[in-house]
Amino acid sequence: MSEHIIIRIRDLKTAYGDHVVHEHLDLDVRKGEIIGIIGPSGCGKSVLLRAITGLKKPAAGSIEVFGKQLETLSERERGEIERRWGVMFQDGALFSNLTVRENVMVPMKEHTNLSEQLSRELADMKILMAGLEPSASAKFPSDLSGGMRKRAALARALALDPELLFLDEPTAGLDPITAAAFDELIRRLQKALGLTVFLVTHDVDTLNATCDRIAVLGDKHVLAVGTIDELRAFDHPWVQEYFGGPRGRAATGH
Amino acid sequence: MIETSTPEFALETSGEQTILRVSGDWTVRTVQAVDSDLRALTHTGRVVIDVSDLGQLDTAGAFVLDRTARQLSDDEPEIRGEHPIADNLISQVHAVTDVEEPKRKRDGGLIDMLERTGRGFHHMLQEAMATLAFLGETLVTTSRLLLTPWKLRWTSIVAVMEEAGLDAMPIVAFLSFFVGLVVAFIGATTLRDLGSEVFTVELVGFAMLRELGVLLTGIVLAGRTNSSFTAQIGTMKMRQEIDAMQTLGLKPMDVLVAPRIIAMVVVTPVLAFVGTLSGVIGGIIVGWLALDINPALFLDRLQNNVPVDQFWIGMSKAPVFGFVVALIACRQGLNVGGSVQSLGSKTTTSVVQAIFSIIVIDALFAIFYMEMGV
Repeated sequence: MSEHIIIRIRDLKTAYGDHVVHEHLDLDVRKGEIIGIIGPSGCGKSVLLRAITGLKKPAAGSIEVFGKQLETLSERERGEIERRWGVMFQDGALFSNLTVRENVMVPMKEHTNLSEQLSRELADMKILMAGLEPSASAKFPSDLSGGMRKRAALARALALDPELLFLDEPTAGLDPITAAAFDELIRRLQKALGLTVFLVTHDVDTLNATCDRIAVLGDKHVLAVGTIDELRAFDHPWVQEYFGGPRGRAATGH
Repeated sequence: MIETSTPEFALETSGEQTILRVSGDWTVRTVQAVDSDLRALTHTGRVVIDVSDLGQLDTAGAFVLDRTARQLSDDEPEIRGEHPIADNLISQVHAVTDVEEPKRKRDGGLIDMLERTGRGFHHMLQEAMATLAFLGETLVTTSRLLLTPWKLRWTSIVAVMEEAGLDAMPIVAFLSFFVGLVVAFIGATTLRDLGSEVFTVELVGFAMLRELGVLLTGIVLAGRTNSSFTAQIGTMKMRQEIDAMQTLGLKPMDVLVAPRIIAMVVVTPVLAFVGTLSGVIGGIIVGWLALDINPALFLDRLQNNVPVDQFWIGMSKAPVFGFVVALIACRQGLNVGGSVQSLGSKTTTSVVQAIFSIIVIDALFAIFYMEMGV
C-alpha cells in the first residue's frame, strides 16, 4: 500500500513564534484521489499546504512527498520533486510582468529542454485546457478577470504535467456558475491525467462535486478524514454545523 | 527521479494506411528529442497511431502525437493498441486544440516602424494635452482651496512639508556644499593664470545664488520627493483606495494633490535657500584654505560685488520647481494602472519628466531674465 500514498504527514507541528498552528497532525493522501481540506477560518489549511510544499518549515514531525522527506533532500533532489507537483495559489500569483502564455512557459523553460516553439504550443494547449479563450494567452494578468486569472494560474500549475496538484481555494470569489465550471474542469483534468489533487477550500459545492475524501482540520490537527457521507455522520460540533447548516445541506442534497 | 526512456517513432505504410508506431516515454521531459523529426513528416491519407509499445505519456506527448496526426491528415487520428491512458489523453488534447489558430501579427518591417512612430507622436501630443489639463485642474482646485483655507488639510500639508522638506534638507545642503567647493576650485585654478583669483568670490556668488543652489534643490526633489509621491499615490491607485475615496465623496484632487502642491510650493524656497547658503559656504572654505581669502573679506566682496538681485532671481524659481515636481508626481501617480509593472514604469516616467522639466524651465528662466536685463 505504501507506494500508493503520495503525501504522508506524521506528527507534524508548525508554529509562528509562540503561536502553534498544527500539533500532532497526521494525514495520508493516496495516489489518484482528490482530497479536500476543510476547517474553520484560521485553522491552518493554507499553512498546511505551505508546509507540504516546503514554503514553511515545520517545527517538528515529518512530511514525506513521493516517499521522500523534503528536508533531508539535496538541492537537486528537491528540484526533482518540485517538478512533479504544481501549485495554484489563492489569488493566482501570476507574474504580472509576463503574459499568460509566458507565465505558463516559465516552468517549462526552467525545468525542461523544450524548444521555444514547442513550449509555446504546449503553453497554448494548457491555456485552452484550463478553459481560457485562445486570445487570453497574449494578455497580461492585470487584463483578466478573477475567474480567468484562476484558470491561468491552473494552466501554469499544470505546465509540467504534475502528478500532484495543490489548489488553494480555487473557487473562492467566483460566481456559482464559474465555480461549478471550475469544479468540472478539475474533475475532468484529474480523470484525464490521473492527478492527485490536494484541495483547500471553503466551498461545500466544490467538496461535493469533486472530492473523493475530505479531511477536516481543527484543534491543530486532523479531526476526521472520510467521504462526505462518513463525515456527515461524524460527531463533532463544527463538522455537524458545517454539513448540517443551510449551505451544507443544499450542496449535498440532504 | 523517475527513469525515462527516449521516445522513438517509426512510420510504416501499408496500403492506404500509414501507421505511426511509437515507443519509449513521451513526456514533457523527453518529447523535445523527436519534435523536429516529427515536424518534418509530410503525408496525406489515413493515419493510425500504434501505441502498443508506448511507455509513459502525458499531455505534452499527447499534444505532439495529436499535432503530428493533424499535420499528416485531416481526419481524426485513430489509436490502435493497448495503453492505459493514451486514447483518453489524446482525444482530450484533440478536443481542446481543435480550434482555429488566431493569426499571429508579424512584427517588424517599415510599415510597422512608421505605425509605431505615428503612435508615439500621437501619444506624445496626448500626453502633453493631458498634462496641461491636469495643470488646469490642479490650479483651479488649489486656488479654490486657498480661498477657503479652513477646508485645507493642514495636517497632510505639514506632514508633506516635513517628509519632502525637512527630511531632504541634509542631502540638499551636502550636495550644494560640494558643488560650491568644486566651482570655487575650478575658478581658483583658472583665474590663477590671469592673476585674479579673487574673482572666485564673484564666480561662486553668481553661480550659487542665481543658478546652482536652486537647480540642485530641484533635481534632488525630482529624484527623491517626486518618486515617493508617485509611488504613494500609485500604490493607492493600484489597490483601489482612490476609487474607494471617490465613492466616499472625497476628491483625490483635494485630498492627495492639493496638499502636496501647496506644501511643495512653500517648502522648496526654504530648501533652495539652505542649498544656496551651503554652496556659498563651500566657496568660502575653498577661498580660505586654498586662496588665502579670509571669510570676512569673502563676505565683504560678495556683498559689494554680487547684487542681491541675483539671490532673488534664484529664489524666484524655487516655488515653480516645487510646483512642477509635485504636479508631475501626482499626475503620474494617478496614471498608474492595475499592475506592479505600471507602478514601476510610471515612477520612472515621473522622475524623468520632472528632471527634464526642471532643466528646461531653468533654461527658460535664464532667457527671460537675460531679456529683462537682470
